[in-house]
Amino acid sequence: MKLPISMPLETFRIRSIDFAVLIFIIGILSLIIYIASEWGAPYERTLEIDLNPAKIPEYSAQSLVRIFLAYMLSLVFSIWYGYTASRSKFHEKIMIPLLDILQSIPVLSFLPAVVLAMISLFPGKRIGLEIACVLLIFTGQVWNMTFSFYHSINTIPKEMREVAKLFKFNKFSKFLRLDLPFSAIGLIWNSMMSVAGGWFFLMACEMFVLEDKDFRLPGLGSYIQTASNKGNIEYVLYGLGTMIFLIILLDILIWRPLIAWSQKFRLDTVPPEEERESFVLNILTGSSLLQIFSRVVSSFINKIENLSYESFQIYGKSFINKLSKIIGLALVLTLLSAVVWAILKASSILSSITLNDIFKILTASLYSFLRTSVAILIALAWTLPAGVYIGLNPRAAKFLQGIVQIAASVPATAVFPVILLFLIKLGGGLDIGAIFLMLLGTQWYLLFNIIAGASAIPKDLIEISRAYKIKGLKKWRALILPGIFPYLITGLITASGGAWNATIVSEYVSFGGQMMQTKGLGALISSSSAEGNFALLLLSTCMMSIIVVSINRLVWKRLFILAKTKYTLE
Amino acid sequence: MAKEVILETKGIKKSFLVGKGHEVVVLDDINLKVYSGEFISILGQSGAGKSTLLRIMAGLVEPSEGEVLYKGVPLKKANAKIAVVFQSFALFPWYTVLENVKIVLAGEGLDEKEIHEKAIKAIDLVGLDGFEDAYPRELSGGMRQRVGIARALVVEPELLLMDEPFSALDVLTADNLRGDIIDLWKEGKMPAKAIVLVTHNIEEAVSMASKAVILSHNPGKIKAEIPIELPYPRDRNSRDFKFMLDKIYTVLVKPTEEVPFLLTAGRYQFLPHAKVGAIAGLIELVHDKGGKIDIYALSSELSMEVDDIFPLIEASVILDFGEIKEGDFILTEKGKKWAEADTLEKKEIFKEEALQNVQLIKQIVQVLSTISKHRVSEEFFIDILKNHFTPEESWNQLETAIDWGRYAELFAYDYDSGELYLEELVRTD
Repeated sequence: MKLPISMPLETFRIRSIDFAVLIFIIGILSLIIYIASEWGAPYERTLEIDLNPAKIPEYSAQSLVRIFLAYMLSLVFSIWYGYTASRSKFHEKIMIPLLDILQSIPVLSFLPAVVLAMISLFPGKRIGLEIACVLLIFTGQVWNMTFSFYHSINTIPKEMREVAKLFKFNKFSKFLRLDLPFSAIGLIWNSMMSVAGGWFFLMACEMFVLEDKDFRLPGLGSYIQTASNKGNIEYVLYGLGTMIFLIILLDILIWRPLIAWSQKFRLDTVPPEEERESFVLNILTGSSLLQIFSRVVSSFINKIENLSYESFQIYGKSFINKLSKIIGLALVLTLLSAVVWAILKASSILSSITLNDIFKILTASLYSFLRTSVAILIALAWTLPAGVYIGLNPRAAKFLQGIVQIAASVPATAVFPVILLFLIKLGGGLDIGAIFLMLLGTQWYLLFNIIAGASAIPKDLIEISRAYKIKGLKKWRALILPGIFPYLITGLITASGGAWNATIVSEYVSFGGQMMQTKGLGALISSSSAEGNFALLLLSTCMMSIIVVSINRLVWKRLFILAKTKYTLE
Repeated sequence: MAKEVILETKGIKKSFLVGKGHEVVVLDDINLKVYSGEFISILGQSGAGKSTLLRIMAGLVEPSEGEVLYKGVPLKKANAKIAVVFQSFALFPWYTVLENVKIVLAGEGLDEKEIHEKAIKAIDLVGLDGFEDAYPRELSGGMRQRVGIARALVVEPELLLMDEPFSALDVLTADNLRGDIIDLWKEGKMPAKAIVLVTHNIEEAVSMASKAVILSHNPGKIKAEIPIELPYPRDRNSRDFKFMLDKIYTVLVKPTEEVPFLLTAGRYQFLPHAKVGAIAGLIELVHDKGGKIDIYALSSELSMEVDDIFPLIEASVILDFGEIKEGDFILTEKGKKWAEADTLEKKEIFKEEALQNVQLIKQIVQVLSTISKHRVSEEFFIDILKNHFTPEESWNQLETAIDWGRYAELFAYDYDSGELYLEELVRTD
């Protein structure tokens, strides 16, 4: 067990790491300022993406800032939504199913509305499109983080909540001292997944066609897409390489240190078998500059906390409660009126729908249903044995998990052009090709969950089955499948939702300057979005949302309850 | 000096709705006073609502009915002067020992220096000096609970509530911590004026508390309040300690209506196996011999073994008809009167003496007159007697009591149904 590193002020000495930290911070700040200044520039419709590899760093920086901003927005939204939803049974009853529905709506369906709104808000300015892009990435990142935060604050042990109540923590203190630390681990894991999702949607959000207008923003996503549109595989690989490099870099510089650091928020008191280490974190904790920084931050937070208690006393609880109620009411009213307006608008849009359109949507749904089912079956076929093998063999896990993690972190959308090239050479077209593209995005959820499930099977059960010579199929039936069942279901829920969401990017692909599409609900959404056929877009989006939510409710939730009640290993 | 009531619960009831409007009553009609200087232990089987009661006393849970008065003022929500120590410690693992203790002072409006000093003092008090900067996960369970106690004490509570604070600890650690708490309490170093400890461990209650409050379950009602007046430090091997342990255990496991029987102080009275006719024979014989006889002479007079005469003498002593002095059996005034009386008078005198002096008969009459149909199966009394005697002896005891009671016409016995019943109501007091 490692003792927390703490250093008295007297030994303060400037080390080389301090310079590195300083330069790093200055660099990040100037980058953000520079990029923000770019955003104010007037928007050129005909912005060309320069394929010169020398431009890649600049494009990457812009994409990173977009993902970062979208992520910050997601974080704030998650905390607000999670808190509001857990405020009362009433809030919960409305907001949690709503979240379920919002989650099932594919990002691209938000695209036309968001883009058109932002462009009309900032006519002629690039910032409108930038904000739209950030908002779109946000819609792809935010939901799982929200669920995680909501779930965390609702699973805080009763006695810890009672401590807060007993010693009269105010709302700010409770958030700072209990809720945020308690949800930190879940939030960090989900942040990691969300940012990975951000790369996935970057391709779709930086460059798209809307009502025969071509929208482009300079970024890594648009670079890869432009290169693949021109059929230039070399440049595609440059872009892809950069993306993978950035993903690994972020992993080393941000996620690993964060995860290692977040171990202090673990609730269990037994040290884990394997300490999570991050050499970056070890180096950083040696930096005096960072220590002073963290001290300043913590004393600043303490000041705010004291102030919050004082203002509580000055204005009184009732005043603050009233204020927050008024703000909440205003928000709800705005939201409600927006919903009413949207429904009115939608009903007028939908009047142009013909019976033929409905028939089209139904057949497309059937095609997509078959495709997603096959994709999940294929994913299951290889991830089940592989995941169980990795999970049950710690030595293999150590080696393979790293590889699998890197493979999984590459956004499927970025690899599409390369895969498509092979598929076209092989023949078979996008009809079947789309299945493989979906597979790319969804198989990892299954694999990771199965690995987690298999490694959670208690050792003594494995030993007993060895002692009684339970082998082969019987071992799978009696031990492995029941053991991993809850994990398997969790993986399937995510994979199924992910596969449906992926239909949009995999059934409708632009490659080598031409559009390829196949029959399916995703293709319908993508094409109607590009053509500006809002009636069809709205209806097919609703269809997808209904399908995803009802599959969740009718199939997965029930299996999940079964998993929780019958197949839980305690 | 009249003792101050720190906390009082008045007619507390707590019920939950389960499923479709089905109400489960967890606590019912709890009236309890916590005086300053008291160390109360609330005992009950699991599910008796002990912890719920503690949370209601802390203002963490609202009762369905009734109210809690803190120093005479209704307690509506958590009060800074009532602190709780939790079973799971409920420490924040992301804070050090010092920070865990400090955070509860955040809202008190103290400056940083005062907060620091108070926290250090509380940590020293529970014997954790030197561990201020350790994280909870680096500490053993016992040390973690010490942090929990320091956190509770740092707010200088008037009342300290503890919810099974030792049940997550191993036996030795728990013992050690119990001892330290008692020391702090006895030495007056504890800021709290009274302590309430919830536990299911009887030994813990007897070794620490000055009073045990025992809850029944389904619903949780106060079954008994038993003062524990043993001197500290308490010796677990002493007879008194073991006796108290037995007593509380019996009260805990027996149905509420039997509790009055169990609370009689000391050992349960043993009835010698003597028929009324034989007792009468002995008393009359001694009366004829002048009211005083040597016990050994008596055995030859009656040509009986001493062992056979003894029960008769003992019974006479219990009934206050005679006494033993230096090997002589001497009749009392009542004994003489009884010897001279006619049959009806005899019964009357015997009835009076039996009601006054024979515990079992008194209690049988009590039970029969409180139960509405005035009829109780003999098994009921056997069950109670089994707490004090072997099963065989229990039957002997009841048999003797029935013989005496029937003679005195206090109650009747239905041989076929094995029931005791009242022919007419008897006033026991």
